[in-house]
Amino acid sequence: MSFITKPAAVHPRSPKNELGLTIRDYEGGMSTLCAGCGHDSVTGAIVQSVFELSIPPHRMAKLSGIGCSSKTPAYFVRQSHGFNTVHGRMPSVATGANAANSDLWYIGVSGDGDTLSIGLGQFCHAIRRNLNMLYIIENNGVYGLTKGQFSASADLGSKAKKGAENQQPPIDPCRTAISMGAGFVARSFSGDKQQLVPLIKAGLSHKGFAVIDVISPCVTFNDHEGSTKSYEYTRQHFHPALHADYVRPSEEIRTQYNEGEAMPVTLHDGSKIVLRKVAGEYDPTDRASVYSHLERSQQAGEIVTGLLYYNDGLKEMHDVTNVVDQPLSTIDHSVLCPGNDALQALQNVWR
Amino acid sequence: MQPTDINNPAYFHKVVDCQKGCPAHTDVPGYIRLIAQGRFTDAYLLNRSTNVFPGILGRVCDRPCEPACRRGRIDEKPVAICRLKRVAADLSGDVADRLPKAPDQKNGKRVAMVGAGCASLAVANDLMPLGYEVVIYEAQDTPGGLMRMNIPSFRLPGEVLDEEIAMIVDMGVDLRLGTKVESMQSLLDEGYDAVFIGSGAPKGKNLDIPGRYDDPDRIHIGIDWLESIAFDHTDSIGENVLIIGVGNTAMDCCRSSLRLGAKSVKVMARKPRSFFKASEWELEDAEEENVEIIVNHSPKNFVIEGGKLVGMTFELMEYDLDDDGRIRDQRVTGETVIPCDDVVLAIGQDNAFPWIERDIGIEFDKWDVPVVDPVTYESDRKGVFFGGDAAFGPKNIIWAVEHGHQAAISIHKHCHGEDVADRLADGMHLSSVKMGIHEWAYSNYFDAAERRLVPHLSLKERFKRLDLEVELGFDAEVAATEVERCLNCDIQTVFTASLCIECDACIDVCPVKCLTMTANGDEADLRTRLTAPAENPEQDLYVSESLPQTARVMVKDEDVCVHCGLCAERCPTAAWDMQKFTLAVPYAIDEKTPPDPAQIAKKWGT
Repeated sequence: MSFITKPAAVHPRSPKNELGLTIRDYEGGMSTLCAGCGHDSVTGAIVQSVFELSIPPHRMAKLSGIGCSSKTPAYFVRQSHGFNTVHGRMPSVATGANAANSDLWYIGVSGDGDTLSIGLGQFCHAIRRNLNMLYIIENNGVYGLTKGQFSASADLGSKAKKGAENQQPPIDPCRTAISMGAGFVARSFSGDKQQLVPLIKAGLSHKGFAVIDVISPCVTFNDHEGSTKSYEYTRQHFHPALHADYVRPSEEIRTQYNEGEAMPVTLHDGSKIVLRKVAGEYDPTDRASVYSHLERSQQAGEIVTGLLYYNDGLKEMHDVTNVVDQPLSTIDHSVLCPGNDALQALQNVWR
Repeated sequence: MQPTDINNPAYFHKVVDCQKGCPAHTDVPGYIRLIAQGRFTDAYLLNRSTNVFPGILGRVCDRPCEPACRRGRIDEKPVAICRLKRVAADLSGDVADRLPKAPDQKNGKRVAMVGAGCASLAVANDLMPLGYEVVIYEAQDTPGGLMRMNIPSFRLPGEVLDEEIAMIVDMGVDLRLGTKVESMQSLLDEGYDAVFIGSGAPKGKNLDIPGRYDDPDRIHIGIDWLESIAFDHTDSIGENVLIIGVGNTAMDCCRSSLRLGAKSVKVMARKPRSFFKASEWELEDAEEENVEIIVNHSPKNFVIEGGKLVGMTFELMEYDLDDDGRIRDQRVTGETVIPCDDVVLAIGQDNAFPWIERDIGIEFDKWDVPVVDPVTYESDRKGVFFGGDAAFGPKNIIWAVEHGHQAAISIHKHCHGEDVADRLADGMHLSSVKMGIHEWAYSNYFDAAERRLVPHLSLKERFKRLDLEVELGFDAEVAATEVERCLNCDIQTVFTASLCIECDACIDVCPVKCLTMTANGDEADLRTRLTAPAENPEQDLYVSESLPQTARVMVKDEDVCVHCGLCAERCPTAAWDMQKFTLAVPYAIDEKTPPDPAQIAKKWGT
């Protein structure tokens, strides 16, 4: 954290996006997290992604629960809508917001505690609903805000700062999400923006629930030797399964790919995700094989990253509930709530 | 790229753009911080230790520091460095006790200097404390040279000159006024251990076109005319005046004309404005006084009627410029006559050495200018040194001061039988300015204030007398705002690769996106892969050793770093630190004991 506000000085040749904004226009308040926190880097990746997508700040809603991670929406896109909810209840509030106004870009930021402990049920049901949002888990394996106790994502055998070993098996948010039926499941690392930024852009553009589990080291309580969520351990055990390049509808695919190596996927808005194999055979659309690959890799101590599972054939919440396309928040109240007479008339149909 | 060698003083010196831009390497951020602390006397003395004439330069310096200033690359207007220097001089307390003193015990060496201008005085300033006996020969009856004769008193008051010259002369310089050196040979015959020529470039260029000599009393050579004003030989001029040329001398001539009674003054330029030699601020000051600057007029002849100057004929010029603004083609499209009563020629000046015999071992080149070594300032004759405009033609005061410092080192070495080319290298000192987790020993906050404007004497008042100073200088309050615009470029970002855990915190927090962690490559390649466009090749990339976890490198583009210290504040391992860089430039006095950069850093405590 820092005491001075970030200088107003902007690089004179700072690039501008389609809205004429610079990346500085997508920043938020100064972070009060520890210096070197992975979460700040995830914030940086979100800022960059939203800037590159040219999302109008006021068309975005950012939601979070409780914890270090859940403080971070204050640090990006200061001119957007925000809701800091009760611990673990961010998916419910996001559902309500999304139900009322389907026309915003929804981004939820949560942590391993907020998602996998107190909020596990909420997390699972948001996936079942296929809520149209990007859900980012800033996963550091500890409760940083309460001085570094193991969280539900801590690996077996991982050592706490004072040497205690974790004895309980971890909940893997990616396997959980896949088993619950999520259509966009990715894992990344706060220290690798080249991988993370395209994933955030793709996740925001994906119609339906997109979850990215971001290993985001706790520099204060979980960055020591023996930790399995430190910067160094993550880098040593980092195994990208696929690289995802995100290409906006207005852009052409500029990167050259060898035949058979790249797999372009077109999203509902015309943008593309180009999946590029990094090592070995990996099919991100085969749910069973992805699940077993993750299972095996975990046993081998590998942190598999990239866009792990992708299925764009799922109906999102509004499709399932058959709601009109127009956001409810823009419909006149007398139409939305036609009154007692209309209710009586409806009920008479079934009498 | 190879890792940057930050132990080489040249690297961080270059980051301090103003100090690098100053020929005398004035510690600009250092004295600005002293002003910020209200330590005006210290600020004056820190200035004086390098540029010798803070009060003079604070008014009339050509200020190469300002176009160099990093702030100018961020919000277009550099810090008003020159004005702040004047603040230090205006608000300084008595410095008499803290000036260098000549020892009672002399070293037995005698040095003669020709011309009591800024170059000779700078040499004397450096040699007197070493026990030299210094004799300065000056043709005029007052010392100061160009500073007194060619700079009008409404820009540089005589008292300021007198005070700063006295600081040097009062060390015991044998100043022989009204003593013109007529022969180099006879000067050499007097047996001095060394001779320094600081006689300036006193010969104004002539414009030999038809009519030039038909009414000579109304056609003046700029610098001679300014000199005659300075010594009260001239106190009037005609109502309509044309100034030929558009350099700084022309600006002084046009503004002086207005004070001697001219009603209409036109500055005639042969080329478009982008080719003007005058400093932008001098042009502004002249235009504020309603001087008309007319471009694309090339003088053809003087118009004389009945033996009297009545005007000048000009050819109207048209130019084709290429993309770089250079003249590709030119043509004359017509002629015009502009009536006038007087013409002042301000088209340049040359050095002139009619008094140096050409057969005494001082070699002159094909332009009849002495051959002078650009490092030692020694001529082909051992023991004879040149500096200031006399060495390499017209430059400006701050260059003359630096020539003086270097010549003083050479003279000292020469007098002690040492090789003048064997010189001490620059030294440096770095010390952390970290005071606490979020506390630095400098004002790291970026103040978005715009450059302050200096107040001027009203147009109504200023023409009443020739010597009314136009610029009034900043008061302490305005100065307090302006100092905060300084980015403290001498507080360096120092990186230790072995400590870095590659968390990206510094990269994310940097307001100007000047940091990148990436795979190494050659410079041209790296410049294409940085977080923000690195399109200023004049500014270096600071490249680290390989990083421990990924073997990438940390690259910093120095170009627009605002030295806010946030990278260091956000760094969990103190891999980034903010460290005060002190450059130790050797002077003649350091020949006795080599300078200790740590002591210099401590001395000023900025």
